[in-house]
Amino acid sequence: MGEMLLVIVSAIFVNNVVFARFLGICPYLGVSRKLDTAIGMGFAVTFVMTVATAIGYFLQYAVLIPFKIEFMQTVMFILVIASLVQLVEIILKKVSKPLYSSLGIFLPLITTNCAILGVALISIQEEYDLVTSVVFSFFSAMGFILAIVMFAGIREKLEAADVPKPFENVPIGFISAAILSLAFMGFAGLVK
Amino acid sequence: MNEALNILTRGFVRENPVTKMLLGLCPVLAVTSSAYNGLGMGIATTFVLLGSNVVISLAAKAIPNTVRIPSFILVIATFVTIVDLLIKAYSPELNQALGIFIPLIVVNCMILGRAEAFASRNGLWYSIIDAIGMGLGFTFALLLLSAFREVLGAGTIFNIPLVGEGASTILVFALPPGAFAGLGLIIAGLNALEKKKGGN
Repeated sequence: MGEMLLVIVSAIFVNNVVFARFLGICPYLGVSRKLDTAIGMGFAVTFVMTVATAIGYFLQYAVLIPFKIEFMQTVMFILVIASLVQLVEIILKKVSKPLYSSLGIFLPLITTNCAILGVALISIQEEYDLVTSVVFSFFSAMGFILAIVMFAGIREKLEAADVPKPFENVPIGFISAAILSLAFMGFAGLVK
Repeated sequence: MNEALNILTRGFVRENPVTKMLLGLCPVLAVTSSAYNGLGMGIATTFVLLGSNVVISLAAKAIPNTVRIPSFILVIATFVTIVDLLIKAYSPELNQALGIFIPLIVVNCMILGRAEAFASRNGLWYSIIDAIGMGLGFTFALLLLSAFREVLGAGTIFNIPLVGEGASTILVFALPPGAFAGLGLIIAGLNALEKKKGGN
């Protein structure tokens, strides 16, 4: 149990996907202009990330290793993620129209969200077992939501701020991200 | 020939994938703690981009429109696997430093973006030039940011010390916050430069 708690704290705070691992920067900058789209993106990512990591686990230990084709890992994983995203899109469309219309636009973007592939690969690298992998990926996604929601809040405020001309828009976004990242560094050392 | 030159130089400043289009930022931020790593990542990405642009420009007509994106990703993933194996074989220390970001070249949106926006619509010759231009622009941005961070964060450049032993450096630039701040400052600097040029 204690070990699981360490994985959770580490995934959300210490090794936050955005601030410490630099994964998923594109959606982090792209959809963080408004708070509600940021939350929508966050939940879409959570779902795909958790399922992709679980499938990746089976793929690694049931297919790639027994057949000694570990070098196919990158190709296989990205195929799984791409088809999973497509599948989620189709199912959502059939099952829940409102959920689809709120998450739908984010789904195609998720394929090229490196946080998904990154977290799936990290859990293989760290040799997590199935349960740990799932917990790790779910809480990494929570870390992503935390980062993107905080940043969206800051950006909404920044719109009204008087920023020096060359810093407008993107550069000031990066500077705010740097300050947020600095704050997250305070968690370093909490967990190895 | 003029057209070719235009495509080649476009990726460098005017449409630089990193500072202008904000594509492929994850590796840009993650591996730029030293100039050596930045350069390695830039070259690896350029190679993948070149390979994928060549194959896609040749195969674009044969790929049905509906399975376009998955096919492109598959082509890119193949080249990434080649690069991954090459780096593992010839430069274990670079492999150690870049780590997970080598397989993650697959999801570098710059490469998919060039495949979709350029290679699938243009001939082989222009696609090669486009890949070289964009790849160099990407490498240039990586080199700029990594040199900036290495000089400030460690006081060295390509591991050659610039300041005396024991001099204090701004460690934060070698850490994650420095990556965000460094890129923000560089983009702001380029914006200011561009404005000055435009004003004349």
